[in-house]
Amino acid sequence: MESVTARTHNNFISQKVNAISPSGIRRFFDLLSSIEGVISLGVGEPDFVTPWHIREAAIHSLEKGYTMYTSNYGLLELRQELALYLERQYGVSYHPEQELIITTGVSEGLDIALRAIIDPGDEVIVPDPCYVAYIPDIVMAGGIPIEIPTYQKSNFAISAHDIESKINERTKAILIGYPSNPTGTTLSREELSAIAELARKYNLLVISDEIYSRLTYGSNHTYFASLPGVKDQTISLNGFSKSYAMTGWRIGYVAANRDIIEAMLKVHQYTMLCAPIMAQLAAIEALKSGEGEIEHMRQEYDKRRRVITKGLNNIGLTCPTPQGAFYAFPGIEITGMSSEEFAEKLLIEEKVAVIPGSVFGKHGEGFLRCCYATSLSNIEEAITRMDKFVRRYRKS
Amino acid sequence: MKRILEILQDSSQTTPEQISVMLGIPVNEVTRAIKQAEQEKIILKYKTIINWAKAGRKEVLALIEVKVTPQRNVGFDSIADRIYQFPQVYSAYLVSGTYDLALLVKGENMQEIASFVSEKLAPMEQVQSTVTHFLLKQYKEDGEILRPTKNISRLPITP
Ligand SMILES: Cc1ncc(COP(=O)(O)O)c(C=O)c1O
Repeated sequence: MESVTARTHNNFISQKVNAISPSGIRRFFDLLSSIEGVISLGVGEPDFVTPWHIREAAIHSLEKGYTMYTSNYGLLELRQELALYLERQYGVSYHPEQELIITTGVSEGLDIALRAIIDPGDEVIVPDPCYVAYIPDIVMAGGIPIEIPTYQKSNFAISAHDIESKINERTKAILIGYPSNPTGTTLSREELSAIAELARKYNLLVISDEIYSRLTYGSNHTYFASLPGVKDQTISLNGFSKSYAMTGWRIGYVAANRDIIEAMLKVHQYTMLCAPIMAQLAAIEALKSGEGEIEHMRQEYDKRRRVITKGLNNIGLTCPTPQGAFYAFPGIEITGMSSEEFAEKLLIEEKVAVIPGSVFGKHGEGFLRCCYATSLSNIEEAITRMDKFVRRYRKS
Repeated sequence: MKRILEILQDSSQTTPEQISVMLGIPVNEVTRAIKQAEQEKIILKYKTIINWAKAGRKEVLALIEVKVTPQRNVGFDSIADRIYQFPQVYSAYLVSGTYDLALLVKGENMQEIASFVSEKLAPMEQVQSTVTHFLLKQYKEDGEILRPTKNISRLPITP
């Protein structure tokens, strides 16, 4: 008999997956579960429950027996409603039968977009810091993430100039998500136009994560695909999680030109098949009559945003006022600690959970992600506790 | 102004300083707006919503439909005025439909409400008829759900 060398357990796992470092968020989660009385600014979702009329529509659909698969694309009625919504809200028109796929959230949308477009070795440009899934998703699709550093002094906005310096013949796409998780940054129409200009000049795809598009405070959001001449080169990812407080429903959509949609559909149909029908029916109700709640929730976040920004700056954690999403991203330079050390000590000593900025990329180091989708009284108490902490560790 | 009122309606203990931060406007502007609203009787009163059943107070509420004969020149206002002056009347509305006035009447027990209806309300000259519905259980008060809700909590840390 030929002898077979025993595999070590690790050998079962692909090198690609092995290379992905475990989520820094996960480690924090385990630590946190052992402590009581924690105020958490560490969440990444609304603190509202889904508006009742939307939940009620889903209950009704279950009662009526809507429990089957839908078309791979998703329910046509939902796609039609979405086409109307995107036209009305952002002035960008998509063909409901050819240019939209309903996904299980932006999470799936991003995955199938990357898998549909990336050949091994293709480069995808992303801002650093950025949402935790961007880089692992690019790697799992066989691509190479190229991170563009962003800085607090320029409000963590990615600059077209910096992007251009990284473009070469392997560059396939630029992946952006504004308003940003973790920084709360929004980009102006001009800043987005400069990126659009690059996409046209070098014939690149832009994947635009629009999940926080309804959460801006001050300026109106520009949908990247609505900029002149880039619609066919843009894959727009969007969903219901944040704007309608529907994170647990797992429902979102992608909009892109027909050829890209066809390619993405291949991946989608063999992996997800379709998004859950109950969530799709709930999403129809959300689009038809959810505008009032979107605005109500946005106004609530807006108040909290002002309270947390003022509080953080008062205790010495510098933080420009975030213009979108529901995150503040203050710097902790005055303590001289790393963001992970700060977050861990703060959790143990003062029982406030925040996310270390380093989780979101090298250039997130020195910052904390503080989510203000929580009650005003929680925010105020968290700031009081953080104040005590900062006083204790402030380098004089 | 509207946003200041909304904050106060939700929680009347919010201080002008807090409101000023929440809305990003100067404190003196907030104070001035509140003063003005008080003077113009836009803000009528600062109250507290109490779950009296939980506090142990026995109290009976009845919804009373009242059909009345409107009077020349003054319509329903004059008869409504005579009725809502009674302290037992908690809220009063003129309504469309099969009756005219809807009253919410409070008393310590059913007898108290019954005698209010039979001795004060029904005998009034313009009152044609009344229908009394005793309220059995309260679910919601002024937008607040009274049933203690189980706190469904989010995971404390999510991406
Ligand atoms: C920037 C960003 N993109 C995507 C997602 C995931 O969204 P979905 O629930 O639609 O999968 C999140 C959620 O935290 C996010 O912050």
